[in-house]
Amino acid sequence: MREITLSKAVNEALAEEMRRDETVFIIGEDVAEAGTPFKVLSGLVEEFGTARVIDTPIAEPGFMGLAVGAAMTGARPVVDLMFGDFIFLIMDQLCNQAAKTHYMSGGKLNVPLVLRTNLGATRRSAAQHSQSLHALVAHIPGLKVALPSSAYEAKGLMKTAIRDNNPVVIFEDKLMYNDKAPVPEEEYLIPFGEANILREGKDITLIGTSSMVQVCERAAELLEAEGISAEVIDPRTIVPLDEETLLASARKTARVIVVDEGHQSFGVTSEIASRINEKAFYHLDAPVMRMGAMDVPVPFSPALEDLTVPTPEGVADMARKLVAGEMIHAA
Amino acid sequence: MADTKHNSEDYLRMYSQMVRIRAFEDNANQLYLSAKMPGLTHMYSGEEAVAVGICEALTDNDRITSTHRGHGHCVAKGADFKAMFCELLGKEEGYCRGKGGSMHIADQSHGNLGANAIVGGSMGIATGSALRAKMQGSDDVTVCFFGDGATAQGLLYEVMNMAALWSLPVIYACENNGYSEYTKTEEIAAGSITARAEAFGIEAHSIDGQDVLAVNDLTQKLVARARKGEGPFFIELKTYRYHGHHVGDINRAYYRDKEEEAIWKEGRDPIINFGKWLEGEGVASPEELKAIEDEIRAEAKAAVEYALEAAYPDASEVDMHVYAATDPATLRPDA
Ligand SMILES: Cc1ncc(C[n+]2csc(CCOP(=O)(O)OP(=O)(O)O)c2C)c(N)n1
Repeated sequence: MREITLSKAVNEALAEEMRRDETVFIIGEDVAEAGTPFKVLSGLVEEFGTARVIDTPIAEPGFMGLAVGAAMTGARPVVDLMFGDFIFLIMDQLCNQAAKTHYMSGGKLNVPLVLRTNLGATRRSAAQHSQSLHALVAHIPGLKVALPSSAYEAKGLMKTAIRDNNPVVIFEDKLMYNDKAPVPEEEYLIPFGEANILREGKDITLIGTSSMVQVCERAAELLEAEGISAEVIDPRTIVPLDEETLLASARKTARVIVVDEGHQSFGVTSEIASRINEKAFYHLDAPVMRMGAMDVPVPFSPALEDLTVPTPEGVADMARKLVAGEMIHAA
Repeated sequence: MADTKHNSEDYLRMYSQMVRIRAFEDNANQLYLSAKMPGLTHMYSGEEAVAVGICEALTDNDRITSTHRGHGHCVAKGADFKAMFCELLGKEEGYCRGKGGSMHIADQSHGNLGANAIVGGSMGIATGSALRAKMQGSDDVTVCFFGDGATAQGLLYEVMNMAALWSLPVIYACENNGYSEYTKTEEIAAGSITARAEAFGIEAHSIDGQDVLAVNDLTQKLVARARKGEGPFFIELKTYRYHGHHVGDINRAYYRDKEEEAIWKEGRDPIINFGKWLEGEGVASPEELKAIEDEIRAEAKAAVEYALEAAYPDASEVDMHVYAATDPATLRPDA
């Protein structure tokens, strides 16, 4: 199968959906000729024109608001938010308007829009361009949240997001834009709420999101060399969350680590760990462990920044302790 | 009164619509005072000529976005009393099945995209609706209602900039009732409100919001031009709210005096003045106007009684409508 970059996969998904449905359009800063700072959208304006690939002023709440209104009245906007960190600027339009309109209208109004943005540290971009803020939006009922972990995932999830009748936030990892993966030529979609088991195992389950899927896979390889068999699962979407698959794995391996690049406290790892504790408690041989980003603003210095995110070595280390029974008393 | 081409039917409908708003609000206020309505609500009374003058220039296909003080917009856009009172009381037959309440009534069948409890929260929505109209080649126009207080929100300037850059069919209707909650407008708004729109090259008008014909006349012209791609436009409508900021704001002498209220209520009431004009022009007799009012008040009373008796939503609805359904067939390749 051909291999393409994550960036190209997103681009293809958008182009295919824009050809399929003329109400789909892209709006954001420098999305047209520039194709975004990450060049993810290059070429789209040539095919679809500036009427459907709309460059805006630097006004995040403004264009997010426009997208909500366009979505409520019959269009399917894909909003490009240059950095995930800027989500704080659009919170009212996203969380008070887009997320609640369907509910507040008693089901009469829909807001089918996609907000594509990014997450991920270790790009030496410092505290305002490195955050992973998906837990923040996952907290708000009415929003769906997708976290693609490869080019294949990015394409299939984007296509589903565009066809979904709800506001969907997709966070791409900015460090993965140039990572290649096999992506079929034929059209495919990846359903929301269906976790992907990347690797089967029997001693421990590693649940990873977004770029942390790679971290978990690498950790599993390290563990395998030592005779520990790790199962690796990617939930793909955290809202909706495929609890069944995660619980089944927890019941099977009896040990779980949840790895996510958002801050550890009050985050995605906490939520998933709680659900497993609540629903698979008697099957567990050890506490479910959380590994998120450190609870510090992301530092600029490489010497510091690299300490803040989970690494394959760190995950493997934690897994060894769990398998050896060391965490039971530590917990 | 402005010199417009109207027939008696149009005049009487405008009169009726204003009376409908007043009657609705009087009943809503009573529901609050008699502790039959959950929560608070903001009365539109006094501002009727704004909503009616504007909405009578629109069709059901034209959209509006509304505010926390939104009952007037909702009625003026064609909503039904029963479904509105049911919504205010949190009943299943409300426009939003009781999930929205006073500050979130939306009536899609008449193009009302909804009231909004975030001051300025719907400015993006209105402008986005206009963007959609332009993109899809539809000639509908969207009117964005907001108060003078909302002009302090940055979102307005972001979206007016884009609306002007892209000539969007949106009309920003600033209802300047002199107060932003409990604070006088001059204490919260520097300079001129219309000049802010003009800074973006948007044609802006400031008019008497108590004169329904003047409001309607101007809006008709602007709507026609907006349909032809000459928008956006901005209208500042000078008006007054008769009640407190919300129904519970009863002792308000500390921020505005009774004399000021009396000047507006007695001298500048949009319904009384338009009624007098209709009589003077021979469109309707005082008895006929009284009959219109009596009929509307009876309808409002019946709607309130209906809503008080109506059922609450079943508990099973609490987690319904969090997400819209997506037809699985559309999620297949080649769909
Ligand atoms: C973002 C936001 N800030 C504050 C409030 C509280 N609040 C509700 S109405 C209001 C005053 C609005 O004044 P104006 O826009 O002039 O409208 P009016 O009430 O006069 O119709 C305020 C401050 C709010 N709902 N939303």
